[in-house]
Amino acid sequence: MKRAAAGADPAAPRLVLTGITKHYPAVVANDGIDLSVAPGEIHAVLGENGAGKSTLMKIIYGMVRPDAGRIAVDGVPVTIAGPAAARALGIGMVFQHFSLFETLTVADNIALALRAGVSRRALGRRIRDVSRQYGLPLDPARYVHTMTVGERQRVEIVRCLLQDPRLLIMDEPTSVLAPPAVAQLFATLRTLAAEGVSILYISHKLDEIRALCERATVLRAGRVTGECDPRRETVASLARMMIGRDLPHPRHAAATPGATVLAVDRLTLAAQDPFGVALDSVSLAVRAGEIVGIAGISGNGQRELVAAITGERTVPRADAVRIDTTPVGRLDADARRALGMAYVPEERIGRAAIPVMSLAENALLTAHRQGLVARGFIRRPAMRAFAQRVIAAFGVRAAGPDAVAESLSGGNLQKFIVGREMQQAPRVFVAAHPTWGVDVGAAAQIRQALVDLRDRGVAVLVTSDELDELFEISDCIAVMAGGRLSPPMPARETSAEAVGLLMAGPRTDAREAA
Amino acid sequence: MLRFEARPAPSRLATLLSPLIATLATVVAGVVLFAALGHAPLRALAAFFVQPLATRYGVGEWVLKASPLALIAVGLAAGYRANVWNIGAEGQLTVGAIAAGGLALAFDGTTSPLLLPAMFVAGAAGGMAWAAIPALLRTRFRASEILTSLMLVYIASLWLQLLVHGAWRDPEGFNFPQSKLFGAAALLPVIVPDTRVNAAVLLTLAVVAAAWVFMQRRHAGFEMRVAGLAPAAANYAGIPESQTVWRGMLIGGACAGLAGVGEIAGPIGQLMPSVSPGYGFTAIIVAFVGRLNPLGIVFASLLMSLLYLGGEAAQLTLALPSAVSGLFQGTLLFFLLAADVFIHYRLVRVRAVPAGAA
Repeated sequence: MKRAAAGADPAAPRLVLTGITKHYPAVVANDGIDLSVAPGEIHAVLGENGAGKSTLMKIIYGMVRPDAGRIAVDGVPVTIAGPAAARALGIGMVFQHFSLFETLTVADNIALALRAGVSRRALGRRIRDVSRQYGLPLDPARYVHTMTVGERQRVEIVRCLLQDPRLLIMDEPTSVLAPPAVAQLFATLRTLAAEGVSILYISHKLDEIRALCERATVLRAGRVTGECDPRRETVASLARMMIGRDLPHPRHAAATPGATVLAVDRLTLAAQDPFGVALDSVSLAVRAGEIVGIAGISGNGQRELVAAITGERTVPRADAVRIDTTPVGRLDADARRALGMAYVPEERIGRAAIPVMSLAENALLTAHRQGLVARGFIRRPAMRAFAQRVIAAFGVRAAGPDAVAESLSGGNLQKFIVGREMQQAPRVFVAAHPTWGVDVGAAAQIRQALVDLRDRGVAVLVTSDELDELFEISDCIAVMAGGRLSPPMPARETSAEAVGLLMAGPRTDAREAA
Repeated sequence: MLRFEARPAPSRLATLLSPLIATLATVVAGVVLFAALGHAPLRALAAFFVQPLATRYGVGEWVLKASPLALIAVGLAAGYRANVWNIGAEGQLTVGAIAAGGLALAFDGTTSPLLLPAMFVAGAAGGMAWAAIPALLRTRFRASEILTSLMLVYIASLWLQLLVHGAWRDPEGFNFPQSKLFGAAALLPVIVPDTRVNAAVLLTLAVVAAAWVFMQRRHAGFEMRVAGLAPAAANYAGIPESQTVWRGMLIGGACAGLAGVGEIAGPIGQLMPSVSPGYGFTAIIVAFVGRLNPLGIVFASLLMSLLYLGGEAAQLTLALPSAVSGLFQGTLLFFLLAADVFIHYRLVRVRAVPAGAA
């Protein structure tokens, strides 16, 4: 039973946006955006990072007030004062980053979001009903911290569905899911759409949009640059609408690997905090001139493995991690860099780069061995020149070496960080989610740079949630699930289905059966 | 209706203006305060800000009090910029004074020009040793250096009292709890005639310059700034946290120890139960008012020193209670923090919007 706004016209589109404009200091995030979503339609909003997708969704969900433009729900003009008002209008949103309390149960988390007055038993029953109805198995009494990321997303979705939404906004929902879970999610969304719920689906994964959505609105630089039926488009044509030019494809010849440069030998490591993952006898070898990809749903130990390999976390047994034949397990990150390691972590701001420092100073952070320091003194001209070289070599759009890191867009900062690490002539290159949240143009450039690095004889290790990316660049793929690493498989001889099954892992199967 | 809105980038103008706005607001608050207490506000302000600097001797006292504040504050600032919170400079100053004073008493009567440099070395070493205790506790046992360094202040103070009441008490001092007066070789030369300004001021200027070079031009200083701004980035780059803690604590301890030597080899000239009127604590305020920047700290130390002198002058000429000086310092800090809001935010006028959905 779906509520309708007073005076609603049943034939009107569920949502109509007209001329939505939002200025931020220095940027126009949305510039006269028109969008219309019919009841029961799955509508994609497509765009590069910074194209204005998030701002638009925040406007619809009442978190941001537009400077100009009109919103109509079911034909009735509305002003959405906040998320509560949006929910009252039947608008629900599932965020990319979850807002769940890990130390509470599923039912507690959902009760917090609902209005008071529902008894806990009735709520538990409703959670079970809704989750069964939409194929989202969920135990209301489970604690959130024991759940996988996919299961947590179910909590978010069920929490939304309990409020009987008529328009559901999904922000990059598949970035945390294994392929079988993606198929399950799509089935759920199609069921909802068949019941008349409209869905706004935000993503940059073009394949998924072609598989799921009936209509797509493409944004570029805050404006609508196209509207289409994605089922009739190709990935290439969608990408062209999104970035305004053709998408380059990485050149990828067969690898000719040399000797093992990076070795991990039966690495077992306890979890550092209650929500961390323990590593269970992980072994791995990366040879010169090959790219090894590590697939897995995030939160299965990739983060812990990368930290142990790069020295962000030291391990008690020095021999468990080796560069060439040197045991490095007890060395810190800087000492491992001295042996030829370079590393792009998953977080850009605050980890790979200091937001308030200039690009030149951010170059100094890891590249101080490249002649940027002499007898303990910083050589400022050399530091600026190094940053300038990175900017030029990777086409970083920045005002220059003195630009502050936080003034760059996510994709440009990532290019700078990747470039900074590559310019240090590494022998081992570790990249965690190197294209996460980066627009397709920059992502293609980063992938090509990784392949070029491999061709120069560097041992490259990449972890990623995105299977397509790993298959595109990797020579070998291994899968991480529950803190264990599968044996590596040659990428050309395996399939996404096989990897996807391993990603789901035996642990998740057991849970879903329970 | 007015509302705060985040600026896209911190405002440079507001960064520079904020201390001036705060000082002006403090003066205005002072006028109100004095008027409420029944004093002519302008006379009171003159007593606070003009009278102390009216004589050559007064200006000398101003510099003499600002010098240890600046010296300690630049040392603390090096740590604070790296998130190392040394609150115990007062104790490190005391131990520095004990170490240097012990040396002066042991070599009483010498005329060697090496005694004074040796006292500074001993003072710096004493301050560093005292600061090393919280550093060790933090890096070994993850004990908060805020608590341990503060507690050590009181321990240091009790050690000094034990010594001047006991082993180091002047046998000819009529049982007063103080040491012998130091010999000439253990005293700093006065560098400006008719004042008490001594060579310690030159040391302070040298340390301030060195601190600037360290933080801005040395790789080690860069590593400390990174550790303070983004601990995850420091870990990523392989800058060990323990190294940062040790550097931060030892620099702060050394500077505080040097300041302690400057006091006992300067205006005091002997060991007393207390060798500092709280310089080690006031320097914390100075470090923040000076925005943890060496040059800013020099100005902040002069301002804070003037507030001390002004408070004393106001007590003498207007019979204002001594609490007024503290009140003034607090008011200044309050306005400074308030004015800082404008560095990251600006006021915008917003139109009233209809609340709620249709």
